[in-house]
Amino acid sequence: MMVEILWDVIFSFLAIGFISAFIRLAKGPHLPDRIISLDLISIMAIGFFVAYAVLYDQSSFLDVSIILAIITFLGTVAFAYYLERRV
Amino acid sequence: MAEYIILGIFLLGSFLVLVAGIGLLRMPDLFLRMSATAKAGTLGTGLMVLGAAIYFNEFAIYTRAIALIAFLFVTAPVSTHMLGRAAYFDGVPLWKGTIQDDLRGHYKVTTHSLEEEIVPEKDQPHVEDEVDAFEINK
Repeated sequence: MMVEILWDVIFSFLAIGFISAFIRLAKGPHLPDRIISLDLISIMAIGFFVAYAVLYDQSSFLDVSIILAIITFLGTVAFAYYLERRV
Repeated sequence: MAEYIILGIFLLGSFLVLVAGIGLLRMPDLFLRMSATAKAGTLGTGLMVLGAAIYFNEFAIYTRAIALIAFLFVTAPVSTHMLGRAAYFDGVPLWKGTIQDDLRGHYKVTTHSLEEEIVPEKDQPHVEDEVDAFEINK
């Protein structure tokens, strides 16, 4: 019982962080703000995958998070390159 | 017993992720936001991956977890630095309470390089007026 409540707390922490990052993604006010919030959203998604891997005892979710980490890094670097060459 | 240790690690990690999200929402300008997300987000997710590795307790999972943590810790500063540099070029305004800006006047826009002396006004990045934190966060 106690354990389930703690898992609820963990997922609600993650969800509140997600929501605040999405608010920043919607508000802007500049393009780099949106890029940095997308970066944080994908890092939080890695955390979600890892938490679900433990909760449902599925170790293969960890492979998904590795791929997501690589794609996140490449995406942020590509956005930064675009932003620098755009000026 | 081990279950509660894992839960504690996960609670700490998810709390750090929450702090990163709130910092992204509440910090006054882009560069402060980046410092909040890069530190808290990476450490929070790293702790959660560590908790998963302890939970599964297999050699293959430990390898993956170490690879993931090392990758996160290597790539987060790189991407944050690239984005901060590009944003400075782009002329993102600093917070009104900023005390010191050592780079002001040293970036040359035409060559994208850092010069020793102050470059002329037309080669500097066009920075918008500094803004108040409360105006942004409204």
